[in-house]
Amino acid sequence: MEGSTQDNVISALKEKYEDQILHIDTPYNFLTVSLKKEKIVEIIQYLYNHPDTKFQYLTTLCGIHYPELNQIAVMYQLHNLVANLRIRLKIYLPAENPVTPTITPIFSGANWLERETYDFFGVNFEGHPNLKRILNVEDMIIFPLRKEYPLEDQRREDKNDTMFGR
Amino acid sequence: MKAMESTSIQQGVTVGAKPEGYEGAGFFATSLDKVVGLARKNSIWPLPFATSCCGIEFMATMASHYDLARFGSERLSFSPRQADLLMVMGTIAKKMGPILRQVYEQMAEPRWVISVGACACSGGIFDTYSVLQGIDRIIPVDVYVPGCPPRPEQIIDGILKIQHLVETESLRRRDSPEYKAMLNKYGME
Repeated sequence: MEGSTQDNVISALKEKYEDQILHIDTPYNFLTVSLKKEKIVEIIQYLYNHPDTKFQYLTTLCGIHYPELNQIAVMYQLHNLVANLRIRLKIYLPAENPVTPTITPIFSGANWLERETYDFFGVNFEGHPNLKRILNVEDMIIFPLRKEYPLEDQRREDKNDTMFGR
Repeated sequence: MKAMESTSIQQGVTVGAKPEGYEGAGFFATSLDKVVGLARKNSIWPLPFATSCCGIEFMATMASHYDLARFGSERLSFSPRQADLLMVMGTIAKKMGPILRQVYEQMAEPRWVISVGACACSGGIFDTYSVLQGIDRIIPVDVYVPGCPPRPEQIIDGILKIQHLVETESLRRRDSPEYKAMLNKYGME
């Protein structure tokens, strides 16, 4: 049952946006589609409206840093409340300048999720009504969850490195 | 009431140690700072700045089984203007730092600070970009209670040490140059 509706989703996506798809995969039976970044807002709006897909609930959106590819991915997870189906969309942005349009016109819930992605990865969302840091201190200059920044506070002098396995 | 010395029932029970003084029929004369110290130490009104798990242990300490109210902390004050002791219990994030400092600055002298739990003392296991590595980076602390979380008995032990500090503090300490120099180190007057 679930396999056939996943195929419906793939064919609905392919009938209009075949050229934007980079890769389709189903890890752990979860449909994951990697797309080009140019038309992502259109594609999400299309998946919102199309009768076969109707992904009208944004579960989450977050950033992923791939240092070996020098890219920051943005991952959108959408949910179909009627058919109980999920899809994951990933777009890849260059790490020097990660910019992508915002999806707040489609999902208002994306407002804070995009602020969190900006706070931790530095992804700039064009058209966002209030893009500023949400969880960290406002005057922080780094984007903490990028893999180039160390986890620990570097200004500590009192920690004995041998006892902490460093 | 202070914890009792162990005596037999026939000898009676010592409720609190008596300071040195001159006693007579219906009066007891001693020095002013001893009386003030005794009065202050047995009625410390804490401000529980409970942020995370140590706050739950504090709730257990205030409840009937371990009862902090025995030691005079019957009335908790959530207004810093009316509190004597700032009990910081739990992880303080860097974003919370200015708020904690503002609460401390609003307290009137004499004031004491007890830092309960590993996170308040030194950042605990959370050595990350978002956690303040010890509240003594922003406010002066009198007693540190380690533990993750400390048991109620340990929190009470910390309070008893605060009581000792309160009892033995000189009445002129808050005006002394050393105290002012210490506040200046933290950027406060």
